[in-house]
Amino acid sequence: MGAWQTRAEHQYQDLADKTGFSFEQIKNLYQRFQQLSGNEETISRENLDCMPALANNPIRKQIIGAFFDKRNQHQDEVGSCDQIGFEQFLMVMSHFRPPNLRTTDEEKEAMRKEKLRFLFNMHDSDNDGTITLAEYRKVVEELMSKSGEIGQETAKAIADAAMLEVASINVPNMGPEEFYEGITFEHFEEILKGLEMESRMHIRFLDVDTSTMRCGKSQS
Amino acid sequence: MGSSVLCRAGILRGVSCMLLLLLLFCFGGKCEVQESKPSPPTNLQSVENEFNQPQAYPEEERANLPMFTMDYSRIQIPFEITLWVLLASFAKIGFHIYHKITIWIPESCLLIAIGLIVGAIMHAVKEEPPAVLTSNVFFLYMLPLIVLDNGYFMPTRPFFENVGTVLWYAVVGTLWNSIGIGLSLFAICQFEVFGVQDINLQENLLFASIISAVDPVAALNVFEDIGVNEQIYIVIFGEGLYNDAVTVVLYNMFSFLADMPVVESTDVFLGVARFFIVAAGGILFGLLFGFVAAFTTRFTHNVRQIEPLFVFMYSYMAYLVAECFAISSVLAIITCAITMKHYVEENVSQRSCTTIRHVVKMLATVSETLIFFFLGVVTITTEHEWNWAYIVFTLLFAFIWRGLGILVLTQIINPFRTIQFTFKDQFGLAYGGLRGAICFALVFTLPDNINRKNLFVTASIAVIIFTVFLQGISIRPIVEYMNIRKTNKDLNTINVEVHSRIMEHVVCGIEDLCGQWSHYYWKDKFKKFNDRVLRRILVRDNRAESSIVALYKRLELQNAIGLLDAPMGDLSAAPSIVSLYDERKEASRPKRKFLAGDVRKMHDILSKNMYKIRQKTMAYTNKYNLPDDTRTKEILIRRHASIRRSLRAESFREPSAQNTFKSQKYYSLQPGGSLETAFELRRRSNGADVDLSARPQSSDVSPRSSSRSLLPMRRLNTIKESGGAVEPPAVPPHPHTDQIDGDKDPHEPMQPPQLPPPPGGWVRENQNGEGNPLLRHPSQGSRGSVSF
Repeated sequence: MGAWQTRAEHQYQDLADKTGFSFEQIKNLYQRFQQLSGNEETISRENLDCMPALANNPIRKQIIGAFFDKRNQHQDEVGSCDQIGFEQFLMVMSHFRPPNLRTTDEEKEAMRKEKLRFLFNMHDSDNDGTITLAEYRKVVEELMSKSGEIGQETAKAIADAAMLEVASINVPNMGPEEFYEGITFEHFEEILKGLEMESRMHIRFLDVDTSTMRCGKSQS
Repeated sequence: MGSSVLCRAGILRGVSCMLLLLLLFCFGGKCEVQESKPSPPTNLQSVENEFNQPQAYPEEERANLPMFTMDYSRIQIPFEITLWVLLASFAKIGFHIYHKITIWIPESCLLIAIGLIVGAIMHAVKEEPPAVLTSNVFFLYMLPLIVLDNGYFMPTRPFFENVGTVLWYAVVGTLWNSIGIGLSLFAICQFEVFGVQDINLQENLLFASIISAVDPVAALNVFEDIGVNEQIYIVIFGEGLYNDAVTVVLYNMFSFLADMPVVESTDVFLGVARFFIVAAGGILFGLLFGFVAAFTTRFTHNVRQIEPLFVFMYSYMAYLVAECFAISSVLAIITCAITMKHYVEENVSQRSCTTIRHVVKMLATVSETLIFFFLGVVTITTEHEWNWAYIVFTLLFAFIWRGLGILVLTQIINPFRTIQFTFKDQFGLAYGGLRGAICFALVFTLPDNINRKNLFVTASIAVIIFTVFLQGISIRPIVEYMNIRKTNKDLNTINVEVHSRIMEHVVCGIEDLCGQWSHYYWKDKFKKFNDRVLRRILVRDNRAESSIVALYKRLELQNAIGLLDAPMGDLSAAPSIVSLYDERKEASRPKRKFLAGDVRKMHDILSKNMYKIRQKTMAYTNKYNLPDDTRTKEILIRRHASIRRSLRAESFREPSAQNTFKSQKYYSLQPGGSLETAFELRRRSNGADVDLSARPQSSDVSPRSSSRSLLPMRRLNTIKESGGAVEPPAVPPHPHTDQIDGDKDPHEPMQPPQLPPPPGGWVRENQNGEGNPLLRHPSQGSRGSVSF
């Protein structure tokens, strides 16, 4: 498949430049993409929904939604699409690249901002640029939905407390008439300022194909 | 100005304390001198007298009942030990009087200094220290206490995230150090000019393995104080912990080999195999005992007084059984502590939990104190063999090999780490490698057939004193100067916790999509296994609790307790949920200033309402200054049951029905209202089922607030009757309320005492700056049932 390879490499070069993955990684991810999409060109939500591995994840809807969210494509579009191609798939994955020793501090800052942006988009489902109380509550409820008998009230209470914290950190002197619209991206960055994102939001994309290395568990 | 006066007073007090201590020491020393020497003769004399008396005066067979006798030799050993511990504890009190000392000089230094002083005194009066530090005493009584403390208070989450790195440094690092130092010293021994030719390779290796036992307590204290980043902290902590295990294994192995005249290569292989057996066996035993301990505590709810006992007994059993089979007892006890801690703390009562923590800390402190003390005494009183060359080279090689080791190991492991160690971090790691108590105890208990034992003792004492004093004192300025990456201390906010969890799930999900593994996968799997299997068996009340909820509860409780504790130092009766680890962190954060009057009032309110922390009531207190809102934004916390009842239409009409719920406590307070108004309000609103909680701020007291507070209370009860006849209060936030009332599921039963209210127990109303900062408020006034 020599011809396929050279054409693919050319294509991959673009992708590699845009997303920062290496060729090996892109190849692996392409194989994975094929698996998920059933060898089609695009993936739809149904393909991702029926993965059993994600079944236990409490925020799977948001995660799946994130793939179809145009805002994660770095192209200043909003809204969501129904089908995504390989390039969009890669773009979303690129949010999770780890920094290596060679990334400079500005790049690290930029990556951190990207990751925060990704999270922010996950919360902000109506695309209005702020996370309102309702949205935050929804997220917290989903998060806690799998951890036992936590009532809805607790989730609400926790979401409220969290919003309160954000409000008090970012707008400490709010007057009585003011109304805290919601968490904007700047506020979001502020509250997560101390959090070490590099170690949490990254995936080591392997250079080898692990789909055959997994023993026992079947992939969907 | 005031502080300098205080300082001077502190200095005076400190100095007088020191003098007092010295006097006590002298007295103690003299006492021992006077009593121990004459005691054998006294006994003899009294015996002789008895013999003499009947012979000399045969008529007088009746000896008078002795009014005052003294038999020192009977109590000598326990007395001296107790005296030493007591004196060391006095010394500690003395040190902490003047805070600055402990900042600059680590406690181990001070303890050794005191030991040196006592040793000097004893030497001056030609007294021998009691030979209590034998091998058995150390290994069976002192070491387990120290290690239990380390294991029990180990921060598990960062540890397991970094477990690879920690073990790498601990095991491979210690091996590297031992072998490196041993071989270099052996090379030095070849030179005739130094006069140490008779030390063979095995003995050198043995000594080297002892010397490479790092005891970074002092470094840890400094790192913690200045808030160095978590990665370095956990690596040094874990390294210190696990290299004890490795050192002990190596020590046993090398001392076995040292006895043998010839070492063959099979022995080396056997040694390696033995290492793995020892490690795996230790972990296995630890797990076993840990699970049994957790299981036992499931049934102890009727015998609360002996609950702490189980923790200690099981850990000690794990240690002893492992010792019996000559597998790594250190690993066993650590694993036991880690395994059991989580489940036990959920099963036992609050007080038992506190007791366990305090006793563990106390015992460990005693043990370590004794060892350092003994170190100081022995330094002066034993005969030393001082060989300049050997000792200087030991020091040199200890430094060099540690530095090299850290460098090389970090280079190898950095690519596998997500947060890589910079050179500054590596320097911090290398410089933090102090030697300590274990090193001394191991060398002191070397068997006597090692012919240069005294030299080894001297050398190790020299290394310990050098590293502890020099490195211990200088590490703080150096680290501050180098500005190692700090950690952000205030990380336990709810947002951070929520988002950490979200991130974990996201990463997990994406990994599943990618079809890859990482440690999040294992973490998830373990958590599922834990929730489904382990918790059901081991925990009595095994509702799975999300860590977010746990954090949330903890924060609330801390706030509440913090308020109580703030200016009133004697409220130590309040159950201390905050762990000792947290306590130190808390102490370093600036405390919020509450007016003493407010806190007293709050204390009154709370005590009047029988504030039970772990049970039904939760006072909502907020860490931050909420925006001051003169509108009636109210924080209201209700009991689940009362909401249920208030939801029933009839119950509103009769305030008397609500009186029945007096045992339930609610807290709410006007923001901006002071506690006095709250108090009055409470009295006024006795019948209503809403009480007032303290809001820690009393910025402006709005005159309207007190009257306003009644309205919302009633209003809240009526919300359910949508649009029912309700006076139009100017309280906007209620839309929020009725949503909550509306969808409240009365399926959450009354919580058993173990599980505090939040799960369905109560509703946080409008705390977000009183509902409004987060919700759009509808125009003032008439809002019956609204939806936001």
